[in-house]
Formats: sequence, C-alpha cells, structure tokens
Amino acid sequence: MRPNQVIHGGSLSLVEILTVLYFNQMNLANRTPKHPNRDRLVLSKGHAAPALYATLAERGFIPRASLKTLRKIDSNLQGHPDMNKVAGVDMTSGSLGQGLSVANGMAIAGKLDEREYRVYCIVGDGELQEGQIWEACMTSYHYKLNNLCLIVDNNNLQIDGPVDKVMNIYPLKNKFESFGFKVFEVDGHNIEELVETFEKSKKFKKKPVAIIAKTVKGKGVSFMENSSAWHGKAPSAQDMARIEWGK
Amino acid sequence: MVNIDFENKKATRESYGEALEKMGSKDKKIVVLDADLSGATKTNIFGKKNPKRFFNMGIAEQDMVGTAAGFATCGLIPYVSSFAVFLAGRAYDQIRASVAYPKLNVKLCATHAGITVGEDGATHQMLEDISLMRTLPNMTVLSVSDDAETRWAVNKIKEIEGPVYLRLSRLATPKIYTEDQKFEIGKAIQIGDGCDATVIATGVTVIEALKAQEELKEKNINIRVIDMHTIKPIDKKIIIKAAKQTKKIITIEDHSIIGGLGTSVMEVLSENYPKEVIRLGIQDTFGESGKAELLMEKYGITSQNIVKLFE
Ligand SMILES: Cc1ncc(C[n+]2csc(CCOP(=O)(O)OP(=O)(O)O)c2C)c(N)n1
Ligand SMILES: [Mg+2]
Repeated sequence: MRPNQVIHGGSLSLVEILTVLYFNQMNLANRTPKHPNRDRLVLSKGHAAPALYATLAERGFIPRASLKTLRKIDSNLQGHPDMNKVAGVDMTSGSLGQGLSVANGMAIAGKLDEREYRVYCIVGDGELQEGQIWEACMTSYHYKLNNLCLIVDNNNLQIDGPVDKVMNIYPLKNKFESFGFKVFEVDGHNIEELVETFEKSKKFKKKPVAIIAKTVKGKGVSFMENSSAWHGKAPSAQDMARIEWGK
Repeated sequence: MVNIDFENKKATRESYGEALEKMGSKDKKIVVLDADLSGATKTNIFGKKNPKRFFNMGIAEQDMVGTAAGFATCGLIPYVSSFAVFLAGRAYDQIRASVAYPKLNVKLCATHAGITVGEDGATHQMLEDISLMRTLPNMTVLSVSDDAETRWAVNKIKEIEGPVYLRLSRLATPKIYTEDQKFEIGKAIQIGDGCDATVIATGVTVIEALKAQEELKEKNINIRVIDMHTIKPIDKKIIIKAAKQTKKIITIEDHSIIGGLGTSVMEVLSENYPKEVIRLGIQDTFGESGKAELLMEKYGITSQNIVKLFE
C-alpha cells in the first residue's frame, strides 16, 4: 500500500512504519479517537502529515475522499496535523523538535493514571538537530518511560541536503544509548523486520526504546528517491505520469 | 472591598505557591511542572506535599512546556512555572505551537515578571510577556496584584478549559482586597469613581495607583483606579466608560509600553472612543540591576509618576 496521495519525500519514507503501527501494532481502542486507553502517536515531523492522513483514511478514521482536500482552503487536512480537526490525530505538530516532549507527557500521564497504553513518537533525522529533542531524551530516561517508543526516520536528508553535511547528527546509536535508551536498528521499509522490532521493543521494560529506522526519502518513486529536491515539493501532473505505482 | 494593609506585604508568587498547594493537594488532576526554580516560584510547596504529581524538568523550559501539553492531552491539568522570561520568552514557540494552537489545558504561571525582579538585572526582567502572550489566539492572560486576587486566580483558571498565562511578581506588595472581594475573569475592578482621571493598572502597579489616588485626594483631585487583572479578554466596557466619564486616561504597568496594558487600552479606545492615553511603563528599554523600589522610581512606574502628571 503506497497511497497516491502520499506524494512527497518526507512522507514516503514513513509509509511502512505507519502501516505497521496502525494496522499491526497500535491498540486503537476499536478506532475510538480520544479513547483513554488507546495507544498514541505523536508525529513530531508534522510535515509528513500526508502519510498520516493517508494511513488514517485507510484505517477508517477519516473518509478517503477527504484526502483530495489536503492543504486546500476550508479543509480539515491542514498542511501539518491538527488534533482538533482530524479524528485519530493525537497531537498537533509542525514546529520541529517538540513532539518527544509531548509524547513524554502522555507516557508519564499513562503511568500516573495506571493505564497500559504505549506512546509512539516519530521524529526526522534532521529534526534531531533541535536541542529540545535532547532535553526530552533526558526526560524519557529520567522518568523511566518504558511505555514510550521513539522512532527516528533516518533517511539522512533534510531540506538543504544530506543530514551529515548540513549538521552531523551521527553516531546516532551511541548518542541514544548514552542518553539511556535501548536502541534498535531496522530497515524502515521492511514490514516483517519492523513488526519483529516493534514486538521486541515492547517486551523491553527497563527503559525507553528508540528505533532507528533506515529509510529512503521519496521511497517508491524512482525520481524522488534520495533527493532532497523533493522534500516538500509536490509532483506536477507530468511528474505524476512518470510514477510507476505499486513497485 | 479594598482595605490596604501596608504592614502586611506579600509577593503574588508566594500567594500562588500557597494557593496551588491548597487547591492542588485536593485535586488529583493537577500536576505541577517547574524548571529548577521551584524555590523561587514557590511550586516547591506543592511539590513537597505531592511528590508524585510534581515534576522538576531541569533547566529545560521548552521540554517542560511540551511535556505539559502531553499531560493536557490526557486530561490532566498542568500548572507550569518558571520565571516569566524563561517561560514566555524561552519557550514561546512551544507555547504557540503545542499549547495555544491546539488549545490545550495548560496553565502557564510565570513568576518574576517585570523590572521589579530587581538585582538579577535585564536578562531576568521580562518586560514583553504580556505582549507575547496576549497576541496568541486561545490564550487567556491574567496579571494579579495582591494575595486575595492571586488565590482567586489560581483556583479560577482551573475552570477555564484552555491555555492561560498568569503573570506573577517577585516583589512583596501590600494586601489590597479583603476576603469578601468578588473577582471575575474579564471584569476589571474599579476603585473610586472620581472623574478627574482614570488610572488603569495591573500587577504590582495597582498599589502605586491607589497610593496616588490617596495623595491626589488631598489636593482635591479625584481619580478612579482600575485594576485590570484580566489583560485578555480585556474589559472594554469599563475602559470606554472611564474614557467617557473622566478627563484623563493613564495606564501604568511593570512591562514595556509596547504591547502591554497601555497598548491594550489604546486599542480599545481608538476603536470605540478615541482619546489620548498616557502610558507609564518601561519606555522601550531594557532594565538593570538594583533594588526593585529604586528601579520603579528610575523607570517611572511609581505613584509619584502619576501624581506628577497633575502638576
Ligand atoms: C522548528 C522548525 N524549523 C524549521 C522547519 C522547516 N522544516 C520543515 S521539514 C524540515 C526538514 C526536516 O528534515 P528531517 O527531520 O530529516 O525530516 P524528513 O527528512 O523526514 O522529511 C525543515 C527544516 C520546521 N518545520 N520547524
Ligand atoms: Mg531526514
């Protein structure tokens, strides 16, 4: 499944991850938005809203037809996710670097209220340059948030170029480990591997987990793959004609 | 009722800390967050009694605000404290994107607002927070002047569904109101009904306005004082009425004259009843170190600065 509406690089690198989360891993409480016991997802890299909307549509939270209104005036499908406008969106996002803090708050609240839910948070690799992420990492570990799962969309691209060229974030595994996370590395486009890793990570009860997902920006669209030119740009009609869907 | 007790001074941050403990200890939905200033913001009073619901987030205000937003999505009611400059300033975008826009139920209770922070100097004297916070949609902005008003605010804002900014001060100031005083969000308190002038004040300057009122009375000049404890939504009616009934409109605030109380009053009047407004406040400059009382004199926000306007 690679919905036609997901047409930009930062969304395409997340399709398998979101699919596994929403179709296999997350407890969606019978698809009841706002259910207190549901698992939650904070899409901290809010610019991947198209991927989230498409997933929510496939999962029946929002009508598929609404996807055509993406970013259009009067649409609920804002350029970045709005929790008050779209059923199934657990947190508003768009300003990078903020989502892990919010996810921590949700995870601590779960412990206070003695609820069993898990909180997932997806960040971009360029987003890791935001200092707040590392403040939040300290909080995840300090409060022993074993109900929290951080996912890094490691496509090594950001807007102005490769992440390691713009501002190096590596070595990632060591960084997260030294911040107190249990780290898993996974091919972010391999469904079986993703399922297996999420299962393993759930069983780990001692500290927060971080899953570094190796991904390809623009995955599935040959001319978009690994190109920062397609970070936020939508393909023209001509470009669309060049896409070989389902590959 | 107003009954100024000059002997009995208390900073609004202290009234906040005590009221928060009293209210929050009984209500399991309340969680309190601080960023390594809990002794100064007085959230430690709550923290000592309720360690499980008290979160010291370290010196990480941006993370603190985000975490509070996460709490709020789960139905808890976070009271978040730091100095005004580190909350409204350092975490502005977090407040904007993760609290105000999603309309989350987070109570931002900022102490050490204004030049009356004193000795710490300009980096710690937040003179722009009213301006920053009132411009955010969904935000309610309160700025309280004494013990009773602060206790009311701490309890009242819990009932407001959505984000609130509560502005508190370090400087100890006299108690102004007796226990029977009624407060209401969006309804300013008028003290006296003199027609020679109106002085609209907020926070630590309310007592200055009241002192000026007394002094001017001896010169047969009768002014009314308005305690504008709610900056947003502002009490338009009381401002327009004052403009119609009194000769002069003066505002006084421990905040920049740009974007704060004075500007708010000007906005109301220019649209409804155009009239000159004299703004006392920090005149587009940073502060400096010194005793709070001396800084108030130097930067022109004391009762004497009001009195001088009638010479
Ligand atoms: C605080 C903030 N600064 C800048 C931006 C603009 N912006 C949107 S996406 C992006 C690059 C993100 O790169 P990365 O996190 O690697 O995401 P991905 O590659 O997965 O798209 C930037 C700079 C923003 N949304 N928020
Ligand atoms: Mg990237």
